[in-house]
Amino acid sequence: MDPRLVTAAFVVIGVPAVIVGYIYGTELVLRRASEKLRSRARPWLWLLPALLFLFAFLVYPTILTILRSFQGKLAGTFVGIDNYTWFFTSPDALVAVRNSAIWVVLLTLFTVGLGLIIAVLVDRVRYEQVAKSVIFVPLAISMTAASVIWRFMFEYQSKGLPQTGTLDGIVTFLGFNPISWLQIDQFALNTILLIIVMTWMWTGFAMVILSAALKGISPELLEAARVDGATEWQVFRGIVFPLLLPTIAVVSTTIVITALKAFDIVYVMTGGNFGTQVVASEMIRQSFNFGEFGRGSALAVILLIAIIPVMLVNINRFRAQEAIR
Amino acid sequence: MQRAGTGWRRLTALGAVAVLTAAACGSSTTGNGKSVTVIGTWAGDEQTKFLAMVKPWETQTGNTVKYTGTRDINTVLAAGVGSGVLPDLAGLPGPGQMAEYAKAGALKPLDSVLDVATYKSETAPALVALGTIDGKLQGVFVKAAVKGLIWYNPTLHDYASAPPATWTDLMSQATANKGSAQAIWCLGLGSGAASGWPGTDWIEDIVLRQSGSQVYNDWWAGKVKWSSDQIKKAFQTYLTDVVANIADPVAAVDPTKDFSLAGDPLFSSPPGCEVFHQASFITGLGAFKAKKSGTDYNFFPFPDIDPAFAGSVEGSGDLFGMFHDTDAAKSLMKYLVTAPAQDIWVKAGGALSANKSAVDYPDDISKRSAALLTGAKNFVFDASDQMPTAMNAAFWTAMLTVTKDPSQLDATLASLDKVQASAYTP
Amino acid sequence: MTAVPAVRGSAAAAPPRRRNPLFGRLALHGTLVVLMFIWLLPTIGLFVNSFRSASAISSSGWWTALFPPTGLTLDSYAKVLDSTNIAGGFINSLFITIPATIIPIFVAAFAAYAFSWMNFPFRNGLFVLVVGLLVVPLQTTFIPILQTYGKLGIAGDFLSVWLAHTGYGLPFAIYLLRNFMGSLPKEIFESAYIDGASPVTAFFRLALPLSIPAIAALAIFQFLFVWNDLLVAFIYIGAVTPDNLPMTVQIANLVNQFGAGFELLGPAAFISMALPLVVFFSLQRYFVRGITGGAVKG
Repeated sequence: MDPRLVTAAFVVIGVPAVIVGYIYGTELVLRRASEKLRSRARPWLWLLPALLFLFAFLVYPTILTILRSFQGKLAGTFVGIDNYTWFFTSPDALVAVRNSAIWVVLLTLFTVGLGLIIAVLVDRVRYEQVAKSVIFVPLAISMTAASVIWRFMFEYQSKGLPQTGTLDGIVTFLGFNPISWLQIDQFALNTILLIIVMTWMWTGFAMVILSAALKGISPELLEAARVDGATEWQVFRGIVFPLLLPTIAVVSTTIVITALKAFDIVYVMTGGNFGTQVVASEMIRQSFNFGEFGRGSALAVILLIAIIPVMLVNINRFRAQEAIR
Repeated sequence: MQRAGTGWRRLTALGAVAVLTAAACGSSTTGNGKSVTVIGTWAGDEQTKFLAMVKPWETQTGNTVKYTGTRDINTVLAAGVGSGVLPDLAGLPGPGQMAEYAKAGALKPLDSVLDVATYKSETAPALVALGTIDGKLQGVFVKAAVKGLIWYNPTLHDYASAPPATWTDLMSQATANKGSAQAIWCLGLGSGAASGWPGTDWIEDIVLRQSGSQVYNDWWAGKVKWSSDQIKKAFQTYLTDVVANIADPVAAVDPTKDFSLAGDPLFSSPPGCEVFHQASFITGLGAFKAKKSGTDYNFFPFPDIDPAFAGSVEGSGDLFGMFHDTDAAKSLMKYLVTAPAQDIWVKAGGALSANKSAVDYPDDISKRSAALLTGAKNFVFDASDQMPTAMNAAFWTAMLTVTKDPSQLDATLASLDKVQASAYTP
Repeated sequence: MTAVPAVRGSAAAAPPRRRNPLFGRLALHGTLVVLMFIWLLPTIGLFVNSFRSASAISSSGWWTALFPPTGLTLDSYAKVLDSTNIAGGFINSLFITIPATIIPIFVAAFAAYAFSWMNFPFRNGLFVLVVGLLVVPLQTTFIPILQTYGKLGIAGDFLSVWLAHTGYGLPFAIYLLRNFMGSLPKEIFESAYIDGASPVTAFFRLALPLSIPAIAALAIFQFLFVWNDLLVAFIYIGAVTPDNLPMTVQIANLVNQFGAGFELLGPAAFISMALPLVVFFSLQRYFVRGITGGAVKG
């Protein structure tokens, strides 16, 4: 028998069994403890597996990253805040920060907005499953394939040659000159086009989660409002939207972070040229292409700091959620 | 509740069934010989050729080569060197990274692994020197390419009988023979995250023949400024003779257009261009791949510009290094650079060997390009590949900027000077 | 704050009241159809091109193949299936993806329950810290983790990728599940405790089954992220046991370093997409209304 079969069986059945067994085991142990100790220790025992994983795979490397950000190209050479001043004094940095800000705002707006609209609309039609699947498809496509797909969309051919890009095909069909889409840096238009690619990929994510939350809203509640004479818009604004708000916050937070970390689409589509670089793409370039792990680490830390406001909003939201339940 | 509980169990069952099915289909691999893990940038047809090349070694030794290609070679090796988990052999991203890995102690010296005397006698001294760090041989070239070939379509005008001898000659002949072609030059700089590099080859070829290899070498070493007369003159030649004579600069720099297809207009009707500058490996790419060498396309070498520097040729290659000195890895490394091994690869086409004794080229074009590489009076390695990576990347981007808008030349050179000032400090 | 009765009558299933004029229905269908078209268009381009030769793709637009002469061919599909060990990669992808989807769900479910229904100091602060870890760029974790794996001798094993994906996937998993579990009505837990249930019982009998839609959504996303991952697998497996690499690596390697073979990426993408779509379809039925009954209060 394939030894991998044994391992796979062990993992798929064994690991959940071990985790479940662990929880039961702690409960058995806790039964002997006093009531006070029991309720104090229990949450930590439940959290322990997750915290161990998080510490090993994310927290510990992040601590190293923070320490590394104060060192030079060679590990061990302490350079103070040089890596940070380097970033904020380099001319490209301003563009990268601006673009990252545009990414955060627009990607969140587009994906959450469209995801919400689609989730609400498909709820009212019979071809709901089909429509959701169509929006979901891009999520199942790997980044390699997505970059090819969108090259076929944005591809530019000189005037007079047969067009191969879908957008320029439409533009020239309408009688205009072909446009080199990814080179238009006025108003950061090329960055916005890259955001549209990402929107295409991630709207399905927002839609699936929002739709699941929407299904959780009791239909009787909506029907009662309708009986009372509320219009569909009033039902949405007064009942559906407030009930979806916590989920919208979850989706938005996730997308904000995704936008901050997005670099591969920039990397494969434009290589960061024509003013499309973002903080995350600069981080990867400095670390792995230039071997400047100090600077790369500083950029990673800047990303960490950038999400603090988002996290503060989340704290407030969870306090509020618990206050009313 | 009942219903939900059932759903949960089904969910788990679905996963379990899927894994077990998968496992049942899986097959285990067992072998008696040792295996050597190899990571490189070769993929697709190149991967096939590499595997064909190591086949005789596998048969002879009973060992297996486990090769994987990746485009993230930078990340993979940086993580590997940082952590110590490395393949036995690997293609190295460039001379700069090789030096770093060697200094970190990750690369194993090859002096006692290869038959050094034979290797040195069969390989261009410039390439041997590039693989040597602090007197130790750390990397070898398993594959090479010659840069600065000018490709043309003989049906439009056949340059074979009287190839241009000088740059002025080239420009006047090309202007005279343009015929129905839309432009003199084809040009394409797009190459994903490395977009711009085909333009750096242009500048390097011009600098080498305009100002000589001394300036060339000082330039990549950071001792000649970008705004210096010599380098600026090379950019100006590129802009006035090449960029001014292409069909559409916007298309030349567009990120959706790949350099590998940039020469295709040679074969369209009417031709999109008359001549196209690219390295020897273009024959395996784009429309060239399906065309017949010699009859559908041909090349002449980059002509001299200043006669004082005649006979200079630029080349490049894929560096290879060893991270684990197991017996099997050493034996494979030794085998890879030998002429019989190299002959297998060159025979398959699309690549040249750094080894002079590898002669099994499949056609006249590859024979002639190989002769250029091995017989050059003055052979130099790709300048941008020898610059620090940050400098190299800035060079790539600069090529896009000036090609799209030649009026940006002075500003671009000034910003390259700034990068130069910081990129060379360790 | 009364929970809405969980009874699902026929009234609920009835279509929305016909207050909307015909115009409204048209706008609804129109919007959806347009959105669906926009979403499909890029993929259709790739789909059509996946049946065309490399030279045809680079010399004319994909839409020209919709009209005769189409010049469509299955060559690229045949090449993908022939030239690479795609079947082996597919199996490896399953080996990597399924455990890497199941483990984090279990680990996260317990943590999410603790975060939503147990009291302990620094609860919100700790939780926000966990969510904040979402922003950690995975690339910054490669070197220390690979170092540890090297010492433990598990680099190259599937285990190394399972563990890593569990760690990477947990922040989102905990976030999503905590948000869902936290919105379940307090009353059902209170009554369970009054009946003498332990937290373990409450978790397995109430919290977990009621969270099925969220778990299904999470399973889909975690499955997708792992299935489409290239870099994480390569870093932890590639250097030591390339035989264990997933299908994404084989697909990326269809194209050589100069971009030759790009026409094979289309067929490969459709082959690789098939399974995630099946997973989506099979889990989609957990998103229907009523699984949670009236659990989410109004």
